[in-house]
Amino acid sequence: MSQTVSARHTTPGMWLVGALTVLGTVIAGVCIGAVHIAPIDALAVIANHIPGVHCATSASASDSAIIWDLRFPRIVLALLVGAMLATSGCSYQGTFRNPLADPYLLGVSAGAGLGATTCIVLTSNHNVHWLLPLAAFIGAMLAVALTYSLGRSALVGRSATSLVLAGVAVASMLTAIQTLIQQRNSDKIREVYGWILGRLSTSGWTDVELVAPYIVICIAVLFQYRRVLDVFAVGDEEALTMGLPVARARAAIIIAASLGTAAAVSVTGLIGFVGIIVPHSLRLLMGNSYRRLLPQTAIFGGVFLVCADIVARTALAPQEIPIGVVTALIGAPFFLLVLGSSRHGDLT
Amino acid sequence: MTTLTVNHISVDISAKKIVNNVSFTVSTGDWLCVIGPNGAGKSTLLRAIAGIIPSSGDLLIDQADLRNMSHRDRACWIAYVAQEPVMPRGMTVFDYVMLGRTAHLRLLASESPQDFEITHYVIAELGLSEFINRDVATLSGGERQRVAIARALAQASPIVLLDEPTTALDIGYQQDVLELIDRLRHEKKIAVISTMHDLTVSGLYPDTLMLLNHGEMAVHGNAKTVLTVERIAQTYGAAVRILDDPRGPIVVPERKTL
Repeated sequence: MSQTVSARHTTPGMWLVGALTVLGTVIAGVCIGAVHIAPIDALAVIANHIPGVHCATSASASDSAIIWDLRFPRIVLALLVGAMLATSGCSYQGTFRNPLADPYLLGVSAGAGLGATTCIVLTSNHNVHWLLPLAAFIGAMLAVALTYSLGRSALVGRSATSLVLAGVAVASMLTAIQTLIQQRNSDKIREVYGWILGRLSTSGWTDVELVAPYIVICIAVLFQYRRVLDVFAVGDEEALTMGLPVARARAAIIIAASLGTAAAVSVTGLIGFVGIIVPHSLRLLMGNSYRRLLPQTAIFGGVFLVCADIVARTALAPQEIPIGVVTALIGAPFFLLVLGSSRHGDLT
Repeated sequence: MTTLTVNHISVDISAKKIVNNVSFTVSTGDWLCVIGPNGAGKSTLLRAIAGIIPSSGDLLIDQADLRNMSHRDRACWIAYVAQEPVMPRGMTVFDYVMLGRTAHLRLLASESPQDFEITHYVIAELGLSEFINRDVATLSGGERQRVAIARALAQASPIVLLDEPTTALDIGYQQDVLELIDRLRHEKKIAVISTMHDLTVSGLYPDTLMLLNHGEMAVHGNAKTVLTVERIAQTYGAAVRILDDPRGPIVVPERKTL
């Protein structure tokens, strides 16, 4: 029995590996950059912000500022956003039984893109940058709501396929509108592209504070649905006869995944690939049980994005590569490598 | 004892009556087998009873109305095994059988030690212990059918619907599965409603046969009354001989031309 239990759940060893990987990546992220910082200083400066802790450190005031005000918030943001995108992708793949599902499946990206583009065009002459995340967020949520209501009414039974197809239609339409706006305001294209390609901002803790509540809550909700995602694996009809309220459970998963994704996208722009390669790489390594997969997906989604960010900051320093470009460039070969060496071999 | 009462049930799909005004009752320990030619509405009838597709008419479990129940409550009364159950790749036999406990768990709850115990018990009971950690997607047809039945048993519902449980199986595996169902319905006091293709076999195990034709019940009764040369000629358009055997009528196909 212990064998079957351990196959379903995350073992303490796996938690330990996850925690150490996160710690290692955070330290690497803080230390690597134009100004080199010793790992011990990084740890000390961060620890000193925990109430009641005081570590002696040789870090100068400017080093401390680089660690706490520039690099660390950026890393925390990467951890949160990476975890959210990977968890959303994984949850969508489960509830739609579609290995190609990603967090942008139901039009989040197109909606956010349209919201952001509209905002950039309308507000360019005013200093209202705080409005951009809000516009992107509203656009994303409206797009998902539109997709869901269209997909629901299109076919009896709210079949998963009709939702996905509605998502494709809504995304095409919103992207077309966005392209039109862009084309008519070609002087803003650069700014719009900067947003679309994704970037982790350097505006200190503001962005983290803005999105952390959404992301933490949405990931917590999705974690609660781990067992349900396993039930979805047998298909809607059989799941229904086993007593799963399929439509209600799917709606809850979609709302949590979309809300979290919209929050992430609103501050970082569109970061592709995380929601697909992270869950699939882990599937290949540890099988398909969502109880095991979902927590690891969150951990390694965050780790992956921090690593991608290190590459984005350093590869062409002092210039920065858009993080969305990096995730695709290093994500795709990495995924092919895992696919090639996997003993599970088959994703479907 | 639990009784399922199906009263004047009809199913319309795209304005076409697929099942038309069918009524019957089954009680725990009974085995009702629905037969009929392709497209007669056998699977549709089962899917309507399982609540997968909408239908009209009464569905009562003892005195309680199934239509007023949540999916979860309904699943506590009725379990359903599809013709080709989906076997998700990467899921172990144990995890798959444990899915049967879904109806007994609140939506966001995890399984209790009791659910583990029941799952282990069912797996041992059906002789699946050696497969317990196998990936269900790698099982053979006969093994899949047994695993799917195990899942339905873990669901612990008094009514079990089996859609073509033996169609994909060779004769030996067919017999194993049918013997298993027969044993379980007596031991566990389960009412079984199945569909089946093989007429001779359908006369061998189930107590009652129901012949559907164009969605309507043509005849309902024991094998001797249902399996007659005329009836089979009418509904299936088949030329057969019936050999009388003490265990049940044997349906022998004849050549239509000589």
